[in-house]
Amino acid sequence: MKFSLRKAWTVASRDFRSYFTSPIAYIVIAGFLVIMGWMFFFNLSHFSMQNLQYKQFGMGKGMSITEGILRPLYGNMNVIFLFLIPFITMRLFAEERKLQTIQLLMTSPLTLFEIIFGKFLSAFLLVLTMLGLTAVYPVILLVCGNPDPGTLIANYAGTLLLASCYISLGVLFSAMTENQIVAGALTFAAGLFFWLVNWASQSAGSFWADVLDYLSLIQHFGNFSQGIIDSADVIFYLSFIGLGLFLTHRVLDSYRWR
Amino acid sequence: MIEVSGLTKFYGPRTAVSDLNFTVNSGEVVGFLGPNGAGKSTTMKILTGFMPASMGTVKVNGFDVFRQSIEVKRSTGYLPENPPVYLEMVVEEYLKFAARLHDVPKAKLKSAVDSAIQRTGLTQVKNRIIGNLSKGYRQRVGLAQALVHDPKVLILDEPTVGLDPVQIIEIRELIKSLAGQHTVILSSHILPEVTATCQRIIVINKGQIVAQDSIERLTTRMRQGLLYQMNVRSPNEPGIKALRAVPGVKDVQAAGDRLQIEILPEQQELRDRLVETAVRENMGVLEFSAEKLSLEEVFLQLTTKETNA
Repeated sequence: MKFSLRKAWTVASRDFRSYFTSPIAYIVIAGFLVIMGWMFFFNLSHFSMQNLQYKQFGMGKGMSITEGILRPLYGNMNVIFLFLIPFITMRLFAEERKLQTIQLLMTSPLTLFEIIFGKFLSAFLLVLTMLGLTAVYPVILLVCGNPDPGTLIANYAGTLLLASCYISLGVLFSAMTENQIVAGALTFAAGLFFWLVNWASQSAGSFWADVLDYLSLIQHFGNFSQGIIDSADVIFYLSFIGLGLFLTHRVLDSYRWR
Repeated sequence: MIEVSGLTKFYGPRTAVSDLNFTVNSGEVVGFLGPNGAGKSTTMKILTGFMPASMGTVKVNGFDVFRQSIEVKRSTGYLPENPPVYLEMVVEEYLKFAARLHDVPKAKLKSAVDSAIQRTGLTQVKNRIIGNLSKGYRQRVGLAQALVHDPKVLILDEPTVGLDPVQIIEIRELIKSLAGQHTVILSSHILPEVTATCQRIIVINKGQIVAQDSIERLTTRMRQGLLYQMNVRSPNEPGIKALRAVPGVKDVQAAGDRLQIEILPEQQELRDRLVETAVRENMGVLEFSAEKLSLEEVFLQLTTKETNA
């Protein structure tokens, strides 16, 4: 199958711009930054208080910034993305189908996959923008302390991959319905499910425990949060994204046959 | 340019169109005429590659719509029933997007958009947000979108819906001006629209083609199916019966002293015999006149035939 990144980019840039011509981007970004800022402030003040106490009692050279601030910060960021990404992705196909603008895309010389990837890319770029804006926190830490840059990079990479998995789910559910609320709710539910799926692993047999652990999106983030970029985790995330986009292709293709 | 053979589409158990066969030559403007729900939009969606057919083949510009859909889509402009406009976009920006989607090279982008804006009369609103435009302007933006890549084939689904009379005339002129360089199929349920713009019509009803011919031929053919109006002094049953018995008469209806005589299509001149019969039956002819069927009535006859039969 032919795939032209340029055509996907045409779709992506229109959708990305449309986030900013509607209130969506501003609300999502503002909400995200307020929550992240609050968490960073809270983590930082909590950390410095604890650090002070440690030092007063003469317990070594204090705590690590990486462990005390960075890891909880990015762990929390993933939870916030779980909540926010459905709002970003829910319109991608649902709105186009409702307003029938999808007819323009479907009767233009584009392959279905170029359209889908374009949609995915537009949401990905918005998430990338949001992540970029949070770079101010590590910069503050780098100025005032000595966080481990490797861990920092791994956390960003992991967060981006994890967020892309949510986007992929969001694109899929947005293609399944004309109703944005339904698309958003399903995306959130599915995202949460793949987050919590390994809760059952404690009571499952060892084989199934492994399977459930493997399927859990958050389980694969563990290594990233510790500064390890393991190809197994990267491949898991990429296959998750790929599967979501592939299923979207099947869903959209099936509409044409009804 | 467009070859349709055996085109059939099922929506579940319902047949939307069945066994359509027609060809449209290069540079021709063809009207697709039929009442609501006749299968016009379905046919157009298949022609544009939006939807695959259940059976049959469609070739546009020599390419199979299903197997070589990208090539077909590149050379086709499509205006769906509802113009596919993004409400939050500015007109010019939207047309640029549509042009880019249709592989208009970067160097020609500006001129392609400008010419589409100019041809559809959007110059005054090109910097406005589409969502703030009236229905008529949105329809024009939709049309500009279909034209922007200068396609060989234009498929317009009810292009003048929602426009005011002045705009309708402008758009019809525009469509007429496309003849020659572009092959146009437009659908409509309004007859004057088709007569004003098209060289040929295909009348479709309940998913089947009931007539396809040039407008002149279709009208003359049907004109011979005439309706006579006869006013008589004293209408009587035997007289009406005698009129009905005249070969070539389809039906006679009496409303007081006014008789409506319907003649089967393609009959020879019957006026002499009708008057003769009426006089012989002592009805006393006061007035006799012929009513020609307009194309409107032809259309009605074609599309309601099945229910009458």
